[in-house]
Amino acid sequence: MSRQVIAHSPSGSPPGNSRAWLHRFRGLATATPLASLAVAAAALAAWQFLPPLFGVPKYIIPQLSDLWTEGVQMWQDDNLLLHFFSTASMAILGFILGSLLGAVFGYALGLLPSWEKVLSPYILALQIAPKVAFAPLFILWFGYNFLPKLVTTVLVVFFPILVNVLQAMRVLDRDLINLARAYNMSKAKIFWKIMVPYSMPNLMAGLRIGATLAVIGVTVGELVGGETGLGYLISFGQGQADTPMVFDAIILLTVIGIVMYWVVTVIEARVLHYLPRATERPQSA
Amino acid sequence: MSASCDALKVEKVARRFAGRRLGAPEFTAVHDLTFHVADSEFVSIVGPSGCGKSTVLNLVAGLDRPTEGTVSLNGTEVSGPSSNVGFMLQKDMLLPWRTVLENVEFGLEARELSKAERRERAMRELKRCRIVEFADRYPYQISGGQRQRVALARTLAINPNFILLDEPFSALDAQTKLILQKSFAQTIAGSKLTTLLITHDLAEAVAMSDRILVMSQSPGRIVEEIDVQLPDRENPIERMASPRASELVGHLFRALHMEDRLDA
Ligand SMILES: Nc1ncnc2c1ncn2[C@@H]1O[C@H](COP(=O)(O)OP(=O)(O)OP(=O)(O)O)[C@@H](O)[C@H]1O
Ligand SMILES: [Mg+2]
Repeated sequence: MSRQVIAHSPSGSPPGNSRAWLHRFRGLATATPLASLAVAAAALAAWQFLPPLFGVPKYIIPQLSDLWTEGVQMWQDDNLLLHFFSTASMAILGFILGSLLGAVFGYALGLLPSWEKVLSPYILALQIAPKVAFAPLFILWFGYNFLPKLVTTVLVVFFPILVNVLQAMRVLDRDLINLARAYNMSKAKIFWKIMVPYSMPNLMAGLRIGATLAVIGVTVGELVGGETGLGYLISFGQGQADTPMVFDAIILLTVIGIVMYWVVTVIEARVLHYLPRATERPQSA
Repeated sequence: MSASCDALKVEKVARRFAGRRLGAPEFTAVHDLTFHVADSEFVSIVGPSGCGKSTVLNLVAGLDRPTEGTVSLNGTEVSGPSSNVGFMLQKDMLLPWRTVLENVEFGLEARELSKAERRERAMRELKRCRIVEFADRYPYQISGGQRQRVALARTLAINPNFILLDEPFSALDAQTKLILQKSFAQTIAGSKLTTLLITHDLAEAVAMSDRILVMSQSPGRIVEEIDVQLPDRENPIERMASPRASELVGHLFRALHMEDRLDA
């Protein structure tokens, strides 16, 4: 699930299709905001009125208004704010640590191809292994505290970023390095002035994936152990057959994920401002 | 004394590459290669694809070492990249994350120069290469020909006295090519640069150079040397109009046995 590498070519040709696609998608969405709103309104209305109509019991699908009532009650009695911030801060912290580690290892392995060759089968194996399944193990190791969920999150975020950065370092144009060498540039300068900027589109793609995975990592960490966080509320709500609580927690988790993803997108747009957008191509090529 | 007239000396150079697999025989890219380039001279190398032209260029640029023989620039043996040598390839290799101006500054960043001084020199080169109006654009916002101009400005910004050009015009359309050839020729003649141009385009070799070296098929050697002896080096278009020019192109064409060859 984490092996996702954005194809891109820094030598000026159009960037990966996904960007173009994203752009067209955005264009569509802004062109028809009213239709989108209408869809949302219809879906919410259906959620509110259809279940009782078909006799679906509340513990299977609660009404929209039940979610609201439950939310208010969680806020007042169950310290919802604390749980929310615990999860959000763990997701953010895990994301930042995982990204840093992934980037550092990605660049290090990119600079040391012999090490990369030795380690690549294990990297591949770890990358395929479902990282969240390690969460119970971390509880055995670290106990019932914040560490298991943090470590799970870091691990989940780590790989897509490592793999993306490494990929950029692998396909780095040798001629670009030669160009810098021909100008007598030091190795350190070549790293900072060529390799790092060259890998930026890949790093950003990795961060985008990492931002969505971070929430999954924290949630699983909280589901399997601990007494704080939205993941804990989900398992608690399940135990009480309190379906609205489960729904509310899921919605809030999604909100955290969306906000993190959005922040990464904003940073990406600033960092990669030099890439042509699908709508503005050079007049002559 | 001899160092003052020969800017570049390539003496009995061979370059062999290790076989792809362990135990595979070595591959000889160039063998027994000898030629000289005089100060301020414009020399072109033509030859079939894969004969080792780019290999020679890398040796002169100090990016690669010969297996045998010596390469010397201004009397000293080349042991690594030199700041007197500019280097330009078919791909413009502009850094997409830098503006045109910042790209031209790139080569200067290896040196101890103040930011203001770098900027000033880069701007001067952009003016000389007639692309100053694009200084703040990103590479994707300019055309292929303009990008090649920027690459030349970047090459010249380090103030080299020797420039190496590896098919710098071959990715351009015919019209842009002519205009750029003329513009390069003027710039190069104006600053009395010693130039080594590698090209597939025989007309280009005749239009731009003082002397043409013809390389054999791999392993490459110099099999013929042609003194162009045409006036107007700074105006290649004018030059091509003379009957001697077409005669030389025809001669080169036969020297490379183009008629009998089907491979690229
Ligand atoms: N690093 C390398 N390892 C092994 N063989 C190489 C290497 N670099 C070049 N060669 C081989 O050496 C020969 C000469 O290569 P070179 O790039 O110099 O050719 P060229 O004359 O520039 O060709 P073209 O006109 O197509 O650019 C080729 O057959 C190539 O395959
Ligand atoms: Mg070549």
